[in-house]
Amino acid sequence: MAAILPQSDATEVPGRVPFRLLWPTWLVIGAFLLVPVLVMAVYSFLTKEFRGGVIWEFSLAAYDQFFITRGLFGDEPAQIEWTYVTIFGRSIWQAFLATLICLVVGFPTAWFIATRPEKTRGIWLFMITIPYWVNLLIRTVSLKFLIRDNGPLNDALMGTGLIDSPLTLINTNGAVLLGLFYSYLPFMVLPIYAAVERYNFTLSEAAADLYASRWVVLREIVLPVVRPGIVAGCILVFVPSLGAFLAPDLLGGAKTFMIGSLIEEQFKGTQGNWPFGSAVAMILMSLVLVVLMFYARAQSKGGRT
Amino acid sequence: MTKAIEIDGVSKRFGPFVALNDVSMSIGDNEFFTLLGPSGCGKTTLLRMIAGFEGTTQGSIRLFGQDIAALEPNLRPVNTVFQNYALFPHMSVIDNVAFGLKMKGMDLPARRKRAGEMLDMVHLQDFAQRMPAQLSGGQQQRVALARALAPAPKVLLLDEPLSALDLKLRQAMRVELKTLQETTGITFIFVTHDQEEALTMSDRIAVMSAGQVQQIGTTQDIYEAPVNRFVADFIGETNLLAVDVAAVNGDVAEVVLPGGHRLRCAAAGLGRGAQTLSIRPERIAIVEADGDLSVLVERVIYLGTDLQVITRAPGGSSLTVRMQNAARIAVPQPGARVGLHFEEGAARLLAG
Repeated sequence: MAAILPQSDATEVPGRVPFRLLWPTWLVIGAFLLVPVLVMAVYSFLTKEFRGGVIWEFSLAAYDQFFITRGLFGDEPAQIEWTYVTIFGRSIWQAFLATLICLVVGFPTAWFIATRPEKTRGIWLFMITIPYWVNLLIRTVSLKFLIRDNGPLNDALMGTGLIDSPLTLINTNGAVLLGLFYSYLPFMVLPIYAAVERYNFTLSEAAADLYASRWVVLREIVLPVVRPGIVAGCILVFVPSLGAFLAPDLLGGAKTFMIGSLIEEQFKGTQGNWPFGSAVAMILMSLVLVVLMFYARAQSKGGRT
Repeated sequence: MTKAIEIDGVSKRFGPFVALNDVSMSIGDNEFFTLLGPSGCGKTTLLRMIAGFEGTTQGSIRLFGQDIAALEPNLRPVNTVFQNYALFPHMSVIDNVAFGLKMKGMDLPARRKRAGEMLDMVHLQDFAQRMPAQLSGGQQQRVALARALAPAPKVLLLDEPLSALDLKLRQAMRVELKTLQETTGITFIFVTHDQEEALTMSDRIAVMSAGQVQQIGTTQDIYEAPVNRFVADFIGETNLLAVDVAAVNGDVAEVVLPGGHRLRCAAAGLGRGAQTLSIRPERIAIVEADGDLSVLVERVIYLGTDLQVITRAPGGSSLTVRMQNAARIAVPQPGARVGLHFEEGAARLLAG
């Protein structure tokens, strides 16, 4: 995540912070992040045990299952398996749309809050975070009740006479998007807010003074300067959206099956396939890492013209 | 003389606060004009109105005869040097300087050339590819100047551009700014609270206080003939002495100093009775004899080029005298009683 932070040009850190301050962090990350990821990586190369769990025997079966099909009985010539790639494609598309919607809604929101008088900004931020004091599962289930065919939303719409019959909202891609958007909006608002709050509005005046129209000021000055906040927000929304399973599970239907649900399914009950679930998770993680690395490279080159 | 800017009865209110109250002035083409005043006097607000960042509550502003009230900032042919430079942090120095040219639609080779010339002018040709954060304060200041001058504005607005620099650099930049103004022939409107800065560079100065113009005039006018107590006190140092005006004869008044001596001075349109007399410290000489006023020396401050002698007049007023630090002077000792001689024509009566 270091790449997300704005780059400082040759600033001297007064009295370098000793590395031992990082030990607790290393301990937690090591014990609860690196070790599980390693376990997962190892499991993805093991053999599936039928009642869940694994047999300690090296196998590439999980990755084979993901990318290659040999027909229903495994006796046909190897072909590319599209099922899971399609799920990945759909997940990426959904996560992209969720990120886009969060950005379109979140940027003006963050801008609004950052331009309030300093005293009231805290209240606005607090209001943004209030819904997130409730557990994500409960919020998602509530959303499901709100938008179902004879739920309050449809009742209200029919009550006003806008529609005659209930809209089918639940179990659609739209519902999943709504769920993702609702779950991750603050992760977009907060980093952008932090960037806009630091933004020196004299820069906008200087650009206007040098004959830039409002639109050009936004495009040429504001967006490039607050870009680190925007990128941070996008990553913080995109990455969890990609692996989300609550929203797709509860709000989506069969056609909206996403990576998160696919992985979850592999670890549930006796139907599961631990190596395959681990392999899918590893592939997802590699994908995210590649995106982040591309971003870090673009960032280190700088957005100069 | 063509008028670059005409400000006519301009007022500005922020809620109940009156930032500017019925301000009028006209600024000639090719003039170095300074708005001088303490912070909160409305000088920056006035500058921001000319730039278009603030609207007027009342009155009109004309730029070369055209009323600019309806024009957005980006449509006004004026450029600004901001107090903290406001350089675009994500652009190189040359891109910063070329920004206004790009916005005006100049093509790339032309604006590269022009921006390069501007950097030459401020002696930063070797820094074209640097980012603003890699420059010192003084260098950033020059970039801001080059950026604002590049589109060849009709009027350049400078909002306390030197206040963030250290003294040596500030003094060097004063001379440079003045030279730049003379060579480019652009009207400069300079905002500052530093009276020395104002005196060094300006053709004319508008002294402002509490949202109002106190006096507009050349540097000599402002210094030698301040119209009121505020101006006399704000520009340079002055001694204020309560006196009694015995007679007024046209422009000349005869006043009675504490101790009984009579002195002739500029009347400034004031009548008889109790008034305030202003006299600059360097226009007073210490004399052996009684002089105009007999005082007690309280303290002598050594300033290098000058000596500052603080004295107490009968009646309790404090008077400061500046003496050049020359080898032959006799330095008065604290506690000594000396006479003061007021230079002929140097003292003025003040209103307010």
